[in-house]
Amino acid sequence: MGLKGRDVISIRDLSREDIEEVLKGTRRMIPYAEGSKVGQQLAGKLLMLAFLEPSTRTRLSFETAMQRLGGRTASITDPAASSVKKGESLYDTTRMLSAYGDAIVLRHPNEGAGRLAAQASDKPVINAGDGAGQHPSQTLLDLATMQEAFGTLTGLRVVLLGDLRYGRTVHSLAHALGVFGAELVLASPSSLALPEDVREDLDHLGAKVTEVDQLHQAVREADVLYVTRIQRERFADESEYAKVAGSYRVDSALLSGAKPRLIVMHPLPRTTEIAPEVDGSPHAAYFRQAFLGVPTRMALLSLILTGKAV
Amino acid sequence: MRELKITPIKNGTVIDHIGNGLSLEVLRIIGVNDLDKDSTVSVVLHVRSQKLGWKDIVKVENMELSPRKVNAIALIAPTATISIIREFKVREKRVVDLPERIVGVVRCPNPSCITNQREPVESEFDVARRRPVVLRCAYCERLVDDFLLHLA
Repeated sequence: MGLKGRDVISIRDLSREDIEEVLKGTRRMIPYAEGSKVGQQLAGKLLMLAFLEPSTRTRLSFETAMQRLGGRTASITDPAASSVKKGESLYDTTRMLSAYGDAIVLRHPNEGAGRLAAQASDKPVINAGDGAGQHPSQTLLDLATMQEAFGTLTGLRVVLLGDLRYGRTVHSLAHALGVFGAELVLASPSSLALPEDVREDLDHLGAKVTEVDQLHQAVREADVLYVTRIQRERFADESEYAKVAGSYRVDSALLSGAKPRLIVMHPLPRTTEIAPEVDGSPHAAYFRQAFLGVPTRMALLSLILTGKAV
Repeated sequence: MRELKITPIKNGTVIDHIGNGLSLEVLRIIGVNDLDKDSTVSVVLHVRSQKLGWKDIVKVENMELSPRKVNAIALIAPTATISIIREFKVREKRVVDLPERIVGVVRCPNPSCITNQREPVESEFDVARRRPVVLRCAYCERLVDDFLLHLA
């Protein structure tokens, strides 16, 4: 049915065809994102950015995507200085935003905020992360990165490494990879294992999922090594954080037995999970991944606002 | 069936075939405090049942259940039957049926869910699985199987 006018709150909102449309659009948008072509596809459109939780990359890439295609943005970036601080409900804030702009991008500390905003708004809402919940545009750019490197998603063997419990990017990504028939290998400290409901969802999709203790072996057989950050802010207890933070690290030694085409991905920002020595290796794909956030969001915004991404 | 030592009601609702021990949850859903002061409420616990082995029964005078309450009962007591009594006769009898979507009956157990913040919104769940029943929060997508602990 196409993406025009639709909300994108959870990766579940998108069919396989929708995702393929975004990935196709992303490839077309790369020259505009690089600045080698100048776009006016979104001229006259105004995107409202409501970031009620800190974010650098996501906010900047939505702004960049909009402006590279001739559109404009208006934003709430500091909730402490806005009506949110005065106790205004998200519902009311969203009603106001939807009256001003053509679409809304929302980041919020509470799970389910995107869904509530979509109900309050009569303009399309894109969820840019709600608490530990969904972050569908991150998933789309992750898929775009794998698609660019391998030309397909089906049959890829993807190792998900690190915080699989709190890392919101991983849950949406695992679902999408399941939809596309990729094979998932889970590697995490036991206290940060993938939540049961996400596992059940993958089983329901018929995805092939295995768990490993031996990271070396898993890396040797992988096409993609997807590394996540252990987020300090998700731990109540500092000593618990310290215990798991040092428990895995990607470096040259780990990658020495990998397939030549293996790519290492990370949603960034990283802390100590990937050694700087990996940056220069042909395996490092995380900066390309960060760049692809812009053309992916260009494609998504164009499809939602105009119905096409060309 | 052996006659029960409870007087028949003239007008009201009989909820039969409630799973053993679940009648008090059903009473909570009905909202006994909201009833007409002159209504009699009868609760029969632990009765022999051919279908279930043991069952509970609830009879409430002068009350017919709203669709929302029927949905809530379907969630707690999926085996229940509901009979509407008028002038001492059963006028309508139906088996409860769990709908696709449950609104306002269960609170989301995720404290960080937007439905547990100060927002003008009711909790809402999709039925993710039916046997046994598992609900998925329509907002935060959390799966809930222990919903008896989280009745609104």
